[in-house]
Amino acid sequence: MSAQNNETTYDTRRQIIVKRVVRYTFVYTILTFFALLVIIPFYWMILTSLMTPDKIASPVPVMFLRFRDMQFGNYYEAMFAPEAPDFIRYMANTVLVAAISTVGTIITTILSAFAFARLNFKFKELFFLLLIATMMIPGEMFVITNFITVSRLGWVEMVGQQYHHAILAMTLPFMTSIFYIFFLRQTFKQVPDELYYAAKVDGTKDFQYLWKIMVPIARPTIITILILNAMGTWNAFIWPNLVATRPAFNLVSNGLREFATAIEFLPQEEYIGQQMAAAFVITFPILVVFFLLKKHIMRGVSRSGIKG
Amino acid sequence: MLEERHDFKAWIYLLPALILLIVFTFYPIVNTFMIVFMVDYDFLYGDYAGWTLTGNIEAVIGHRQFWPAIRNTIIIAFVSVPMSVIISLFIAVWLNSIKKLQGTFQTIFFLPYVTNAIAVGLAFAVIFNRDYGLFNYLLSLFGIDPINWVAPGAEWRFSMIALLVFITWNGLAFKIMVFLSGLQSIDKQYYDAARIDSASRSRVFRKITVPLLSPMIAFITITSFIGAFKEYTAIVGMFGEQMGHRGQLMTIVGLVYEALGEPYTAGSVSLAASAAIVLFFMTLLLTVFNMWVSKKRVHY
Repeated sequence: MSAQNNETTYDTRRQIIVKRVVRYTFVYTILTFFALLVIIPFYWMILTSLMTPDKIASPVPVMFLRFRDMQFGNYYEAMFAPEAPDFIRYMANTVLVAAISTVGTIITTILSAFAFARLNFKFKELFFLLLIATMMIPGEMFVITNFITVSRLGWVEMVGQQYHHAILAMTLPFMTSIFYIFFLRQTFKQVPDELYYAAKVDGTKDFQYLWKIMVPIARPTIITILILNAMGTWNAFIWPNLVATRPAFNLVSNGLREFATAIEFLPQEEYIGQQMAAAFVITFPILVVFFLLKKHIMRGVSRSGIKG
Repeated sequence: MLEERHDFKAWIYLLPALILLIVFTFYPIVNTFMIVFMVDYDFLYGDYAGWTLTGNIEAVIGHRQFWPAIRNTIIIAFVSVPMSVIISLFIAVWLNSIKKLQGTFQTIFFLPYVTNAIAVGLAFAVIFNRDYGLFNYLLSLFGIDPINWVAPGAEWRFSMIALLVFITWNGLAFKIMVFLSGLQSIDKQYYDAARIDSASRSRVFRKITVPLLSPMIAFITITSFIGAFKEYTAIVGMFGEQMGHRGQLMTIVGLVYEALGEPYTAGSVSLAASAAIVLFFMTLLLTVFNMWVSKKRVHY
């Protein structure tokens, strides 16, 4: 009797193992399939950026390149050739705009998140509700009037725009963010009240308390905000496209798009290599930042979904 | 524990953000609404020739690209959102069920979120190239003749398909990440209980995972619909500022920016504002509808 029992246990166990192997094979296969779908456009960008026009135009796509066939000249031509767009300059513009708007955003965000998390004041609830309601409104509503505002300030000259005007127009409207205020307020609220009272007893001023205690405690959240904001600027397209009227003041996305538009009716295969090289040059810094600071970025993004 | 009131001090802390919000957020809402009712609004000097109740709205509805833009916007939203929500939900569940390589897959799936839609859009345009694109090559293996997806002269339906592929691809990353963190916060007890009852996997998925994740699914669906209604940069990235061959992929937001791109043309800014108002009400309708549905359906 016991022998038979053992046999069934053995059989069920075997069944379970087989089932598990089948399941895991299925899961890993399908995940790999989707991972490939995600990677292919990036792979294709890099691959094409290293191809000669005749390889690009090959009706049977070239899927791999040997090292000696790689056309690194595409990168040189996209970046430095006299007739190519000035991507070095666009990158400098983008870094400057990202730095200014990120510093501005972080300052205004820290100050108001502190007020919402730590201080009590009249109309607090009302103001808070107002801000939440604002987040539901599509950004285009703001963009139209903001374009009018910066135009009236004289920053969007259609001819001969000045550099500092373009920079102001591209940064000032983005120096605060309701979303980040809420995000940081959540973190600030987790700091125990006792710390605040202890600091009060010691005669610490509110601002010192914020700067010396709250900010260091909330450092991970602040870093997340810094990165997300800077990456947002790097990928910004719509607003700079409206307010930067001289090609020299382009941000990277706008420069890339102008390049693509310029070659639309030319024999494309002659230029696609350079275009993909330029595309990869502006994608690469984002990838580096992403791989270095993955944890901060993914944490921030997955948390932003939970508030619902 | 905030018994003391610090009215003055609090507003000092709020001041920098408040000034910026008043100028660049609160005032624009009011102003954009008002422009819709002004006749011949001059954006530089603020002059206008009087008031109109529906004049500008009629102008935008009468715009030759208005109905195509509504159609495109709705197609994009109602195809790409369900597709990307379902695919990302499954990917998140599979991802959550493995240990080895989970981090690697997670990183890969997240890539489209951080990268530039213009740069990746251009890469998609190369993949969908008529003469030497990867996609037509794969189709040719099944005996399908080359199709013009993105170049000038492309048919609307093919351009739309290519665009939907790109938009769905682009939308997966954020949803996978949010669903995965949601799955990881579900109490393991539910799954243990299901195992004791030896419930099947699909049953566990339908009776535990989906109901417990439903607030998050509802949240993601509503925000994705709003995002899809505003689709613009992805289209410009892949198809250019013309929004496809003869503007055939025009969306509501496309109308806004096309009009705003020529602010000196009479009536242009009013047209942009009216299109934005249409978008605002589409979004509002959706938000209200979604709140109503989720009150009934979502299990908290």
